[in-house]
Amino acid sequence: MTQSTNNVLDHFNLFREPEYIDMFETKKKNFEFPHPADKVEEVRDWTKTWEYREKNFGREALTVNPAKACQPLGAVFVAVGFEGTMPFVHGSQGCVAYYRSHLSRHFKEPSSCVSSSMTEDAAVFGGLNNMIDGLANTYSMYKPKMIAVSTTCMAEVIGDDLNGFITNARNKGSVPEDFPVPYAHTPAFVGSHITGYDNALRGILSNFWEGKERTANGKINFIGGFDGYTVGNLREVKRMFDMMGVEYTILADNSEVFDTPADGEFRMYDGGTTLEDTAAALNAKATVSMQQYCTEKTLAYAAEKGQEVAAFNHPVGVAATDKFLMEVSRITGRAIPAELAKERGRLVDAIADSSAHIHGKKFAIYGDPDLCLGLAGFLMELGAEPVHVLSTNGGKEWEARMQELFESSPFGKGCHAYAGKDLWHMRSLLFTEPVDFLIGNTYGKYLERDTGTPLIRIGFPVFDRHHKHRYPVWGYQGGMNTLVTILDKIFDEMDRNTNIPAKSDYSFDIIR
Amino acid sequence: MSLTVEQVKARNQELIKEVLEVYPEKTAKRRAKHLNVYEEGKTDCNVKSNIKSIPGVMTIRGCAYAGSKGVVWGPIKDMIHISHGPVGCGQYSWAARRNYYIGTTGIDTFVTMQFTSDFQEKDIVFGGDKKLEKIMDEIQDLFPLNKGITVQSECPIGLIGDDIEAVSKKKSKEYGGKTIVPVRCEGFRGVSQSLGHHIANDAVRDWVFDKSDDKHPEFVGSPYDVAIIGDYNIGGDAWASRILLEEMGLRVIAQWSGDGSIAELENTPKAKLNVLHCYRSMNYISRHMEEKYGIPWVEYNFFGPSKIEASLREIASHFDDKIKEGAEKVIAKYKPMMQAVIDKYKPRLEGKTVMLFVGGLRPRHVIGAYEDLGMVVVGTGYEFGHNDDYQRTTHYVKDGTLIYDDVTGYEFEKFVEKVQPDLVGSGIKEKYVFQKMGVPFRQMHSWDYSGPYHGYDGFAIFARDMDMAINNPIWGLTKTPWAA
Repeated sequence: MTQSTNNVLDHFNLFREPEYIDMFETKKKNFEFPHPADKVEEVRDWTKTWEYREKNFGREALTVNPAKACQPLGAVFVAVGFEGTMPFVHGSQGCVAYYRSHLSRHFKEPSSCVSSSMTEDAAVFGGLNNMIDGLANTYSMYKPKMIAVSTTCMAEVIGDDLNGFITNARNKGSVPEDFPVPYAHTPAFVGSHITGYDNALRGILSNFWEGKERTANGKINFIGGFDGYTVGNLREVKRMFDMMGVEYTILADNSEVFDTPADGEFRMYDGGTTLEDTAAALNAKATVSMQQYCTEKTLAYAAEKGQEVAAFNHPVGVAATDKFLMEVSRITGRAIPAELAKERGRLVDAIADSSAHIHGKKFAIYGDPDLCLGLAGFLMELGAEPVHVLSTNGGKEWEARMQELFESSPFGKGCHAYAGKDLWHMRSLLFTEPVDFLIGNTYGKYLERDTGTPLIRIGFPVFDRHHKHRYPVWGYQGGMNTLVTILDKIFDEMDRNTNIPAKSDYSFDIIR
Repeated sequence: MSLTVEQVKARNQELIKEVLEVYPEKTAKRRAKHLNVYEEGKTDCNVKSNIKSIPGVMTIRGCAYAGSKGVVWGPIKDMIHISHGPVGCGQYSWAARRNYYIGTTGIDTFVTMQFTSDFQEKDIVFGGDKKLEKIMDEIQDLFPLNKGITVQSECPIGLIGDDIEAVSKKKSKEYGGKTIVPVRCEGFRGVSQSLGHHIANDAVRDWVFDKSDDKHPEFVGSPYDVAIIGDYNIGGDAWASRILLEEMGLRVIAQWSGDGSIAELENTPKAKLNVLHCYRSMNYISRHMEEKYGIPWVEYNFFGPSKIEASLREIASHFDDKIKEGAEKVIAKYKPMMQAVIDKYKPRLEGKTVMLFVGGLRPRHVIGAYEDLGMVVVGTGYEFGHNDDYQRTTHYVKDGTLIYDDVTGYEFEKFVEKVQPDLVGSGIKEKYVFQKMGVPFRQMHSWDYSGPYHGYDGFAIFARDMDMAINNPIWGLTKTPWAA
């Protein structure tokens, strides 16, 4: 009898009660036919060794705990960044349930998206009818201003022709003649969610730009890329641009739709780049991308149209933000105002105040390729060492870029980049070459549990901490937030390691 | 001012008519068959179910892979489940269902890990069988304590003509008869998760039961052996249930599949009775065991003291007096605690209305628990139910209840807007929609990261959570006080 209404025990404590512990033991002993405990321990210890690491890195076929998702997730992320736009994923419906859940679990927000619900008959005959009916239904029910189509791997494997299908659907009256239905092929077996971001954005832009005459103006287009901090980051970028007097269009601006108020009304659509601005973005002087690997095709397309393009790698910190702002200033001819210089000075000041606690600390980082570059650069600026940097969706070229970055600083000495590896590889790295802290998304908590390396949650998805996406990591302000996030963990660890009375608590200092 | 039953029925009929207006004619006709108002005395809810979702409407449903890997197989803890195909399916479902287990993850237990063949274009073009073989070798090498492997097919597998059965057989032989289970749960099969459950059940039959002689001859049975079927141990549900069965004198020899192990699956045919919680996802294997091994099965419901009490007696009725007395003792033991829970929470929840939209057994099974707290379920529907689910639902719902099968995002939002329930219970995709509208919400798939909700211990948590959702002070603050 464990429950009492004064203190209801849920899973956190209920199962630590003796009757449950007994039950677990009996179940295991009598019915699970488990391996002997010493055997389990032996194998556990073996997985910590260099020998295991070599075997683990010898994997050629199996992926275990990857840090990447598939293309359509990125396409959905882009689509909701346009005014009144419903993402429409052509293929199996279960995929859409997954994207929506995934985004909702990170942002703690609704995530609207429809599927063409293809089943076995569509696998045989193709999904044309699903497209025709699907577009008609979505158009009538959800009253979008645009429907952005992407594909699941099912539709890609059977080779559905999106362009033909959409034209066909239009001819059948599913949507009005002039209603925008941009599309992108987003096969899950090529690249990752960042590839899907790129393909979808290029698809939407080409829908508005193709066949149009470009008349260059002084505005710039800005693209954030696939970004778990999109809400905080895009707002911060707008603030900085406004301070500089830059004329700009944020493309795929999903900062509103992933941050709507609870005021009695559900906003299926909110904010977003207007379709008018999207079309007019062709005339921009330049397009600036915050994440190179999310926008390779999109930037090439903008360049093809005659725009200047500039790409960054998820800049975090002082020097990276300097470079970003100076480039924007150069392109637009707008000076960086004194107020931003002051913010910069505050960040430098904060780093100087705290650097003693970060200097020389060793870090492991994993995440999307741009995020890894941005964070590694910031850590080296703080005097820390990004010892292991791993990106499941990074390629050889990214690995070389990381290496260059390491070589640019004495704090990059002995640091290594791992392209195409997963978190089970990271586990071996952390056991054989331990570091002080790990930076990654929520899944990193399994590494923290197994290896004891404290996890600093920066990345996507973050399911088990709330509201971090509201705080920017870009700009000097974002650098400040990132610094504080890292410092908080460092200080918490210091306290945790010094809190045993009469043993270690001489260092349990109140002033640090 | 509360409406009479007749007024409620009229309003609900009107509401159905209203939501159908948004659809193109063809779609309206199809959707009309999935919506109804329950009439007391009828043996069915009179809605169509288990048919294809309509393209473009924002169905809440998932796929066969979700039903097999996500629901049935995924929780089997000492096996490695390969998400076979591109990376996404395994990634989005990775550790998302909170199937609790005890074990050393990555060493002898693998539930909260994501094993994937991460298909690339060349695998689509040239086929993935060779890669799958190599994956199995690497699993054997790096995870030597795994007790079996399942291959959970994603969409492309069935489309490119891979022979995962041949690979599984070959590798099983090579590893001395190791259990390797190919599962044809490609996401495009069927109309929802449901076919995935069925396919997964059949895979247990064909590749676990039929493939092996008795693997555990040392197992000693007892006259009181039962297996828990269809409890996925979300937040510890199966544990809070098991403890009651054991307390009444039964011996639980297997859990399907929350905190389950392959040995438990293999030994289940030795049970005297299968007790079935989630009928939808595991009736198939229960029927099979009845036919082949003569094991009877009985459905039970461990949500809320009224249903638990009835279920304990029902289960006990299959055994001798010792167990029947045991059941009475258990009921008596927990009664004061249950009364205390009701005394505390009922006054705070009495008369509150609930709308549900969930999967499996919950659209009907949880109704009793709400009623124990004095609450009323005014609308309910199944994500992937079949006709037999809607028939069973008639034992639970009240006259005039709004019934919606495979509800669309649009319909659900409109229904809630008009009915204005005090609480909505559904999934993560729905949660924030309704909270924006100012409607209290609990996720009734994952227990909103709480739980367990099964059993007597679970009911105390359920009551606490419903109270904290409905009586959350923030719901009084959604409107600006300065608005006219």
